Amino acid sequence: MDIKPSFTSPTSGRSIPVTPSPVGSTLIDIDHVDFFYGASQALHDINLKIEEKKVTAFIGPSGCGKSTLLRCLNRMNDLIDGTRVANGQIKIRGIDIYDPSVDVIELRKRVGMVFQKSNPFPKSIYENITYGLRLQGRSNKSDLDAVVEKSLRGAALWDEVKDRLHSSGLGLSGGQQQRLCIARAIAVEPEVILMDEPCSALDPIATVKVEELIQELRTKFTIVIVTHNMQQAARCSDKTAFFYMGKLIEFADTRAIFMNPANAQTEAYVSGRFG
Amino acid sequence: MSPSTRHEFQSRPSAARRWESAALWLFRTATYVILICGALVFGNIVFKGSKTVFTTTAPFINVPFFTEAPESLYVFDYQGQKREMGDREFRAFKATHPEAKDIKAESYVYSAGGIFPCIVGTVLLVLGSMIIALTLGVSAAVYLSEYAKQGRAVTLIRLAILNLAGVPSIVFGLFGLGLFVIYLDWNVSLLAGWFTLAFMVLPVVITASEESLKAVPKGFREGSLALGATKWQTIRKNVLPYALPGILTSSILGIARVAGETAPIMFTAAYVVRDKLPWEGLTSVSDFFFQGVMALPYHIYVVSSKIPQNEYTERVQYGTAFVFLVIVALIATCSIVLRNKLRNRYKW
Ligand SMILES: Nc1ncnc2c1ncn2[C@@H]1O[C@H](COP(=O)(O)OP(=O)(O)OP(=O)(O)O)[C@@H](O)[C@H]1O
Ligand SMILES: [Mg+2]
Repeated sequence: MDIKPSFTSPTSGRSIPVTPSPVGSTLIDIDHVDFFYGASQALHDINLKIEEKKVTAFIGPSGCGKSTLLRCLNRMNDLIDGTRVANGQIKIRGIDIYDPSVDVIELRKRVGMVFQKSNPFPKSIYENITYGLRLQGRSNKSDLDAVVEKSLRGAALWDEVKDRLHSSGLGLSGGQQQRLCIARAIAVEPEVILMDEPCSALDPIATVKVEELIQELRTKFTIVIVTHNMQQAARCSDKTAFFYMGKLIEFADTRAIFMNPANAQTEAYVSGRFG
Repeated sequence: MSPSTRHEFQSRPSAARRWESAALWLFRTATYVILICGALVFGNIVFKGSKTVFTTTAPFINVPFFTEAPESLYVFDYQGQKREMGDREFRAFKATHPEAKDIKAESYVYSAGGIFPCIVGTVLLVLGSMIIALTLGVSAAVYLSEYAKQGRAVTLIRLAILNLAGVPSIVFGLFGLGLFVIYLDWNVSLLAGWFTLAFMVLPVVITASEESLKAVPKGFREGSLALGATKWQTIRKNVLPYALPGILTSSILGIARVAGETAPIMFTAAYVVRDKLPWEGLTSVSDFFFQGVMALPYHIYVVSSKIPQNEYTERVQYGTAFVFLVIVALIATCSIVLRNKLRNRYKW
């Protein structure tokens, strides 16, 4: 078999479209992964399959490695000196993303990320959305305009900001800023969106809006969300993975995790008895 | 309750109270002493300098002082009157007054004319060294704080750079003399002066740049990288623009300080006197870079210590010092205005 994934060929300029696979097939295959920060091991033998166009939630007590695993998926951990995936592989559509032939830039275009602390750039709303597109050399005004509208609509923000596209993204409320970051991420049309506690800094109403947004996005994107909020995991996700001390304890349908977990630790955690 | 009756909150003398007033007295006195010293320095220069720089008749500014080159002053008695004339004027006078041909005049070097070539030279030195220092310094800072793997080596480099800031200016002058003027054979030239001055401000530029880069939130970098930007794209589009106000302000202030130094340029770039202005008599572009210039701080040095002192030299000394102060203040003001402008554009 000789399939060349789009993110391994930066030479061709524009990325080769990837044929969509059916909903529910494995998109990301995390295969027996050990991960180290220098000498300290943060992830132990993680084994997990993330499915196409589903919402997968990572839950677990603080410090259990949820963010670490999430950041492995778009290689954001590369930014930290001394980190490494020691064993195992993370494969997206069968391609090991830590293989030397993989272009991280292409990978990150495919696997977008929304951070815990919303981080709109100190530029206008319009420039925030078009940032990723301009990086790819797209500068056609009407093209950009269209993407801005589409992305903002996609992030359920269009009606609130359509009259002030050219004012600073930092002038928005916390919840709007986070949705702006989501809009910015979907503007480059990734396949996967990683969200690291996207609502942790938001008030309940803004949280509801982001959750509703996730419900809409799930039809188009594969979403992985880290959350500390059990209700949020229960409401938004199809699959839930419970981590504890760097190990994957249980991974199953969300309903199963919350209704009748197989593992005692999972049960204790989801029922609020520890963590 | 009458004020004489004792009450619960009655104040009593105590050690703490005495220390309090002593400390307050010390701090306040120190502040006033500094204020007085500052006022004396500035007052002296402004007072004496303004006698040269300003005139009592319109246009109230001594224009020739700004537009002419320094010349010798001739003082002589003519028909019972004491006359003062600059070199050129004196020669013209002798030409039109044949009877004055053999007049005996006392001459005082550099005490007439103006300081235009010095202003031009200083401006050129400042601009050139700023460009070099910013280019080298910002690049090095970007490398050190964004690219280099943080560790012992980088810490050592930082330490070395900080130490460089403590090196006396005369040492930089000698370094410039040795490396640029003699070894690289650039002679006493603008180029040698630029590099010497630039090396002197580099510590300031690098430290300020690193600090400004660090002040840019990590989220901007991560956000940009997560959208598929390369490191350089991230730095250029989403880090440097926000760090620029800080970089520019500190760097320009640093340059303004260094521009006032005499030692680094006295061996490398400054001429005691030069008749041609930097753009005159050039036969090729490289001539421009390899010519020496006059400069304000060196001119002050020359007129204060290299020539016989008399009542006439004071005019140039203080006039030049005053103009120089104003120029440095202008540079500082510009940098602050620039910073505020840029800062308002990028705020987070
Ligand atoms: N940059 C780093 N360097 C070294 N160790 C780190 C680093 N980041 C995280 N760790 C360690 O890795 C482990 C997992 O951290 P991680 O941030 O993935 O936890 P988390 O599950 O996201 O926690 P939280 O819910 O608090 O965000 C922790 O023990 C943490 O101390
Ligand atoms: Mg985390």
